[in-house]
Amino acid sequence: MYSRQKTELDRLQAKVANGNMSRREFLSRVSAMGLGAMAPGLYMQSAAASPKKGGTLRLGMQGAASSDSLDPATFMAEYMINVGMGQLRNCLTEIDENNQLAPELAESWESSDAKTWIFNLRPGVEFHNGRSLKASDVVASLQHHMGEDTSSAAKGIVAQIETIQAQNDSQVMFMLTGPNADFAYLMSDYHLGICPANADGSIDTASGIGTGGYKLESWEPGVRTLTVRNPNYWKSGRAHFDAIESLFIADAGARENGLISGELDVITGPVAATAARLGQKPGIEVFYTYGNQHCTLPMMNNVSPFDNNDVVMALKHAIDRQEWLEKIWFGSASLGNDTPIGPANIYRATDDEIPQRDYDLDKSKYFMKKAGLSSLDLKISVADSAFQNSDDACVLFSETARPAGINIEVVRKPDDGYWSNVWLKDPWCASYWGGRPTEDWMFSQVYSANAIDTGWSETFFNNARFEELLPQARAELDNNKRREMYVEMQKIVHDNCSSIIPMFLPYAAASSDKVKRPENVASNWELDGNKCAERWWFA
Amino acid sequence: MSPLTKVVLQRLGLGLATLLAVSVIIAFIVELLPGDITEAILGQAATPEAVAAFRREIGLDQPAYIRYLDWLSGILTGDLGQSLASKRDISEFVGKRLSNTLFLGGVAAAIAVPLALFLGLLAALYRNSIFDRIVNFTTLTSISFPEFFVAYILILFLSVKAGIFPGISNVSTDLAFSEQLYRTLLPALTLTLVVLAHMLRMTRAAIINLLSSPYIEMARLKGTRPFRVIFHHALPNAWGPIVNVIALNLAYLVVGVVVVEVVFVYPGLGQLLVDSVSKRDLPVVQACSIIFAAVYILLNLLADIVSIVSNPRLMHPR
Amino acid sequence: MLKLFWTAPLTAKLGILAILGYAFVAIFAPLLTPYAETAIVGGSYELWSDEYPLGTDNIGRDMLTRLIYGARNTIGIAFLTVALAFVVGGVVGMLAAILGGWYDMVIGRFVDILMAIPSLVFALLLLTVFGTSIPSLVIIIALLDSTRIFRIARSAAMNVVVMEFVEAARLRGEGMAWVIRKEVLPNIMAPLLAEFGLRFCFVFLFIAALSFLGLGIQPPLADWGSMVRETATLINYNDITPLLPAAAIAGLTVAVNFVVDWMLHLSSGLRSDST
Repeated sequence: MYSRQKTELDRLQAKVANGNMSRREFLSRVSAMGLGAMAPGLYMQSAAASPKKGGTLRLGMQGAASSDSLDPATFMAEYMINVGMGQLRNCLTEIDENNQLAPELAESWESSDAKTWIFNLRPGVEFHNGRSLKASDVVASLQHHMGEDTSSAAKGIVAQIETIQAQNDSQVMFMLTGPNADFAYLMSDYHLGICPANADGSIDTASGIGTGGYKLESWEPGVRTLTVRNPNYWKSGRAHFDAIESLFIADAGARENGLISGELDVITGPVAATAARLGQKPGIEVFYTYGNQHCTLPMMNNVSPFDNNDVVMALKHAIDRQEWLEKIWFGSASLGNDTPIGPANIYRATDDEIPQRDYDLDKSKYFMKKAGLSSLDLKISVADSAFQNSDDACVLFSETARPAGINIEVVRKPDDGYWSNVWLKDPWCASYWGGRPTEDWMFSQVYSANAIDTGWSETFFNNARFEELLPQARAELDNNKRREMYVEMQKIVHDNCSSIIPMFLPYAAASSDKVKRPENVASNWELDGNKCAERWWFA
Repeated sequence: MSPLTKVVLQRLGLGLATLLAVSVIIAFIVELLPGDITEAILGQAATPEAVAAFRREIGLDQPAYIRYLDWLSGILTGDLGQSLASKRDISEFVGKRLSNTLFLGGVAAAIAVPLALFLGLLAALYRNSIFDRIVNFTTLTSISFPEFFVAYILILFLSVKAGIFPGISNVSTDLAFSEQLYRTLLPALTLTLVVLAHMLRMTRAAIINLLSSPYIEMARLKGTRPFRVIFHHALPNAWGPIVNVIALNLAYLVVGVVVVEVVFVYPGLGQLLVDSVSKRDLPVVQACSIIFAAVYILLNLLADIVSIVSNPRLMHPR
Repeated sequence: MLKLFWTAPLTAKLGILAILGYAFVAIFAPLLTPYAETAIVGGSYELWSDEYPLGTDNIGRDMLTRLIYGARNTIGIAFLTVALAFVVGGVVGMLAAILGGWYDMVIGRFVDILMAIPSLVFALLLLTVFGTSIPSLVIIIALLDSTRIFRIARSAAMNVVVMEFVEAARLRGEGMAWVIRKEVLPNIMAPLLAEFGLRFCFVFLFIAALSFLGLGIQPPLADWGSMVRETATLINYNDITPLLPAAAIAGLTVAVNFVVDWMLHLSSGLRSDST
């Protein structure tokens, strides 16, 4: 195809995509170019890939409460992340639909030593109230999470920022306490949405004003949020819906009913057991995205018998991951290999590097014998807050572990208060992690010795070699060397950390077939990284 | 002072004392709950520093009784206080939730009470007939199903299959009354099925109980028609126990509907209360509990007034 | 006794037979079930077959086995709870009526306060404090229920204690226990029985509602309320599985209330031929 033809074709396809050209006109113009036979296919291609504008997207989501607040420091679960990060505000960087780091409010960033970082802000970005975005807004929005008195959940993430400073209206400089090659990734965290600064250096969170694709129209915490399209949105080709109605629906049955009866367009968390049947209903599609979300069964390695790694190894071989996959997730999850580094991470060890651990009674018995035990009685605390059906899953575990002489009593704890009363309190419990986009983030936050002090370590894991590698890998800019180090660290966790990491969990969602989404969908959070509001459209 | 006013005043006074006691009990139990608001709100992210900062921010570093007294003095001046979690004024959002709850309860009561009385009377009139047996069996079966299951079944048939009613009742105040009513009908119907049996059975039992009294026997011997016997002779004297059961069920319609609210995504007070319990948001828990307790007390008072008014012996004591 | 049974109306006969049937199943559960209570015997949601008469549940346990053991756990817990509630509520209520005065006032006010707190939320709070072991589940629900029994027992007993025969007994110097047992209790049996019928099934429903809110019986024990909860959404896919435990609850409720109705009828002295 001649390049002139190609340019013309692109122009026509764009017109179709924007809804500015009819099918008939497109076909006749393309035929005139001598491409008649290809014309219908080309039309389909441009019409399908091209988002149409309009419509109100009705989302049925989980994870809200009447105590929710619009302050990004308090965001914790899917509902407010979607509304706050996915609709109202932007961050400096974002994770794009290919799970890659992409610029958002920062156009570019640079560092020579991974310790001093300069972020250049995008020009011409306006808040919903018409004021232009300035570097001082970014500084104030980040400082919101820093300092002694903040109760922000992002405190741990911004702790490595020593100073932050506006160089001029469009440039922000960060000085870190130590080098971190992944720093720009951290800036995509959903807590770090940029809000307009007040005169006194605080930020305005209550109004919901941001730079995002949708403006806040009404909000009732824990019930319903209505946002309408921001006509001045700075991203082109994003935010296609006229409005988004986000409903909090705690009950899975109610969400599914709403979708089936056509009162909702998209829901999260369909019941795993019936997801396949839901997908068979006409006009409904169930889909999964595979990110780094995983469940864990952490044991405190300072409590007997978990201080004995042989006991831990016996348990790691006594769990039938395949059965979990079939009976708890109905084939929709992917096997975990006792490391927290998941499918959406770059440096995940391959099966050759660390072979998948399977249910192996002989090995389990071997480790029991090595630990000098003939039988063992254990208790594991579970609740749906840890992960859905953790009670059933652990009942399965107790059945498969019994032949190895391990008796596991499954104790269901109340959902309510699970994270404060059970997690980090009971020696063995069920838990989960949303996963982190970078290896360093995940390892530092949960598996480093420092995590024991900051209160995130589930296992009190403290391994000398691991500690040595962690800062080296963080500062390393050479990809191959980095990979080597991260694989070694995964191996250490795989063999020495007292946590079973049996499964990487997909984000499950279901939608009406009227809702279209791009071919690639981000998997760092549910619903396209919780950005479905600006990335999806109605057919 | 008429005996009625005296009873009412006395009961109102007692009611206030009850409310005070309820608030003390609630404050005490919430204090006993493992974990506190900081951990509940910050969740897995509750690092020690974040918790400490948050506690200072909302004044949790003060002892419990001082916080309670603070709250109490606020209440006495009509100030419900602020939610610890969202820092919003409680009166602002509780009011809306309360009116939603009362609306749902009202619609359900408007269907359930007349229906229960009517069916109960008929069942008493034609007792041991096929009709009586069918009514008895159906209502017993309907209350044996857990509420959420009744809700699912109604949604399946009336919403998903027939498409008559919406399965999601997210009422908001900007809706027209008729639209609100329409969206509330399915949850109201669910609640009707849940409370119908109890009221119906009590109506039937109370009427049948009176039918063996000599004066009814007399009326019957005089040749009064059975329907008239029940309406003019039995019912007026049966009001006492019936009204008491109705009051109990009306209170349930306001207070006990958390599950139905969750299934129908109805923004009522019950869900707010359960939410606030899990967040350990004491002022909101207090506000909701006090409102619920007040509803309960008032409905009981109302029931007593009705039974006094309907019973001349109580109205004009010797 | 047997003679009484033969004179009972058809509904009551059916009720008695059904209750006996439930009791039989509950007592002899281990002998009747094809598999062990928690054994995982097949894949998820196997269809009805010779091997699994009612199919399997989500993690492959035999549904029939779970239902039969469910009878044991559900009825056992409900019976314990209701019995405890009636003993506590009934005794305290009768004492309040007999003793009167200060005792009656204090207890009466206290019960009023407890009743004014929404019971589901109260249970939620208490269970979060004390944990959801079966003993605490039974005790907490029983105590909450006993407030209602107290009211009924007290108001019924009030009418009895003013009767001459009770006063005579007390003047004779009979002990409190004797008066309660021989004079008061037999005369307030009817309203207590009527309440018993409904209370019994409310306990299942209460546990089901609690399991809806994430508190309920510990796994891997089976109970009907939680089984309905676990499988409820299947109803959307034309699967009748959740109807099985729901029907088990309904059957028992109807049976118990049929029998209660008949007993009420007997005690009220109202003959069906008087209509």
